[in-house]
Formats: sequence, structure tokens, C-alpha cells
Amino acid sequence: MPADDTTAKRTPLYDVHRELGATLVDFAGFQMPLRYTSETAEHRAVRTGAGLFDLSHMGEILVTGPQAAEGLDYALVGELSAVRAGRARYTMICAPDGGVLDDLIVYRLDEEEYLVVANAANVATVRDALTERIAGRFDARVDDRSDEYALIALQGPQSQAILAQFTDAPLDGLKYYAWLRGRVAGVDALIARTGYTGEDGFELFVAAADAVTLWNELAMVDGVVPAGLSARDTLRLEAGMPLYGNELTAETTPYEAGLGRVVKLGKPGDFVGRQVLAAYAETPPGRTLVGLVARGQRAPRKGYPVVTADGTTCGVVTSGAPSPTLGRPIAMAYVDSGAAGGELAVDVRGRREPVDVVDLPFYKRS
Amino acid sequence: MSVPEQLRYSEEHEWVAGLDNEDGVVTIGITAHAADALGEIVYLELHSGEGDTVEAGEPCGEVESTKSVSDLYAPVSGEITAINQAVIDEPKVINDDPYGEGWILKVRVSEEPGDLLDAESYGKLIEES
Repeated sequence: MPADDTTAKRTPLYDVHRELGATLVDFAGFQMPLRYTSETAEHRAVRTGAGLFDLSHMGEILVTGPQAAEGLDYALVGELSAVRAGRARYTMICAPDGGVLDDLIVYRLDEEEYLVVANAANVATVRDALTERIAGRFDARVDDRSDEYALIALQGPQSQAILAQFTDAPLDGLKYYAWLRGRVAGVDALIARTGYTGEDGFELFVAAADAVTLWNELAMVDGVVPAGLSARDTLRLEAGMPLYGNELTAETTPYEAGLGRVVKLGKPGDFVGRQVLAAYAETPPGRTLVGLVARGQRAPRKGYPVVTADGTTCGVVTSGAPSPTLGRPIAMAYVDSGAAGGELAVDVRGRREPVDVVDLPFYKRS
Repeated sequence: MSVPEQLRYSEEHEWVAGLDNEDGVVTIGITAHAADALGEIVYLELHSGEGDTVEAGEPCGEVESTKSVSDLYAPVSGEITAINQAVIDEPKVINDDPYGEGWILKVRVSEEPGDLLDAESYGKLIEES
């Protein structure tokens, strides 16, 4: 057992992960569970039953005030003023040059209150950018509440039936990308029908002090399997969902990532990055994000070159892994737009492994 | 993490059994520590077959897991006398039983292996890693 890294932060569920025998890794400055037993079993549990994830490392930033909506419209590429209270929106925060600083889910809590959920590694970037873009210009406040919240996700086709055992909240009527408040296992929670696995599921925001209670109750249910970062990564990859640092970076525009739809050029008022993004919207991107399915057993991995039939490099893999659901290795890659239609291979440690280009996602729940 | 006393180890996390065997044939696998660090092993490839030779310290195969891929190094020099087809067919056996059913190949040692570690030294190595 490696010595504890005392510089890494712990989520409120750290001791629970230790007790469960999780393999812990440093992830975005947090000691996080990579897997508890078998990552493939954890993956399958989410596809067939339910998996339980600790996402307390994610950042929660509140934006409140009479001009919170206008402020977010200016700071982000989405039209957050158009989101009704009770709903959520997938969006991005871009740099003035159009590069993606983070991808976000923003929940509208009330007319004048939004909850911005940022990736753990980007919390400071997002908080600082929101503060700079909103606090000085708009009548709104930006508060980083990341340490006060714990976030637990229950994901999988059985998640509604399981969660219903712990709450009276009307889950039946809760749409995808909507949320409501309720008591779950006796603790106050913001119950959101969102997730990052390609399955139906819920993300439960609770006070940090309530995290262990909620986790332990849910984990006791037959068929609920604690799942780590490793399963989370293969699940989101099969679902074709981008990961910041892989498919999305400050050097990537939303259009290259195939996510131009999140940029609302038609919204009222100016927003950061508008000029450059409007120009990108008019120009076909030089490279596109594609899905690759390997014909052989070798997995394309992040950073491996994508090559054409004559061996010319025409792209790079951003994420890749053996897919438990497809039974073959899959990958996402940026490929020069002209090359995407041809015969492609991935250079796997010096050997050319043929791949098929496929539409994303690789997996869609039925 | 289990580090059986009777085995010898390379710094690249292979184990060697049977160095005292009269026929000079040793059995080679990867350690529980390595298998655990890799995650679930999904693919195993050996660069050579039975009758071919391997050289100590040189890559002789690749181990692919759900999370990553790494080279398999020959911990000794010699001729391959057997390959465990069962783990090539079902590599996860290496995770389940790294020191038993998960053995990978047998080699008739051609020269005195130099710098293999005993269990105590290997245990220290993985503790520090």
C-alpha cells in the first residue's frame, strides 16, 4: 500500500472508499477510488443495474443575484437565461479565443440562482473566470461552494426504482436534465436527472456532512455496486461523452469537438468568445472528432497517432479503451477532416492496427 | 500485496520460479502488484514462440489492460519451452491467480541470471513505488 499522499484532498467519502478496499489514485488533487473490485464488473453493473459514484471532487459554484442570468449568458457560450428553474443545461466556458476552459452543467435553482458544476481540475479556473466576467459587470455574486457539497451519482437502468425506495420525491415526472429538491434517506438533497454514463440516473447534491449517511443507505441495496473512476471513464467513452483534458482543451473549439450546438450565437447580448466562435461557426473545422472501433484486440490509447492507409499521420487519439459492452477496443480521435472518410489505422506502439470510423456514440441505451 | 518467498523477481515486476530446477527450466509470470496496477488484463501478446530465445532485460511481449498497456520483459535469457495458451485465450486469469494459473511462459535458462531480487527486496521495491 503506497503511503498516503498528505497533499491530496479527500472527499467526505474517503474513509468509506478505504473500508471498501478501493484502489485510490490521485485525481485532480483528490484521493479518488479508481476501482473497488473489478472495473469491468462495475461498468456492467451500471449498464444493467445500478452503480454508485462519489463525485464529490466536482466543483459547485453558485451564481446568485438579480442579474445572474445575464451574467451567465455573458460568461458562458450557452443561453442560460432561457433555462427555466428546475432544469439544467450542458454548456461550456470558453476563452476569448474560443478555446474551451471547461465543460459544465448549470442547474437553474431559482429565478436569481444558478448552480454551476465544474470539473474538479478546473474549479479554480472556472471560479476565477466567472468572478471576473460577472461580479464586476453584473448585479450578481459568484460563490465557490465546492467544499460544502458532496455529490453522489446513482446511475443505471435500475436507479429510479432504487432511489424511489428512499424518497417521496416524484421521480416519475422528473425529466432528463431536470432536478427537484427532496429528502433522500432522511437527508436534504438536490435530486438531478443528469449523469455521465449514457444510462438513466441521478446525481444527488447533499451537504458534505450527509454524504456518508446517503452513500451507506444506497450502497446497502442489493444490486447497487460502488463504481470507480475507471468504470466511469469506459462508460462515458462508450456514450461518446467528451472528457476535459482529452477531447476538450483550451486548444479545442466546441465546433471541432462536434459540440457547436452548445454555442448559442443567437442569444441576446455579447458573450466572451463570441467573435471568434461566430467565425468558427462559418468555417468547416480542419479536424473533427470521430469514433474508432479497432478490428483487432489492441486498444488505441490517448496520444497514439491515427494514420492513413499510406502511413501518414492524420490525427491523434484522445481517449481509448477496451469496451466492455462492445467487446472490442474503442476510441475517440481528432482526425483531419479530409481523412475521416478513408481507411484509417492507429499506430499502436509502432504497429498499424486497422480501425473502422463510426458515428458517436458507440453505445446508446435502448 | 502478496510476494511469495520462494520466487525471484525482476525490477520490471516479473516473477521467476524454479531457478534451482535440475532441468534449468524456469516459469515466468507477472507479479500480483503489477497485475493490480495494470487493472484487468484483456490482452496478452508474446513476441516469440516456443523454441525461440529471449534475452534478459529485453521486451518479449505486451500486456494490455483496461487502463493501459505495458511491455513484458524477459527476466532471464534462454529458450522458450512452453507458452501458457490458457492465459493468452483468457488473460484475466493473470489477475485472478498471478503466481499460479496465470503463469505466462517457461524458459530454459542459458546463462546465470544476474540481478533478480529476492522476495524481501522486491517487497521493498513495491512499497517504495
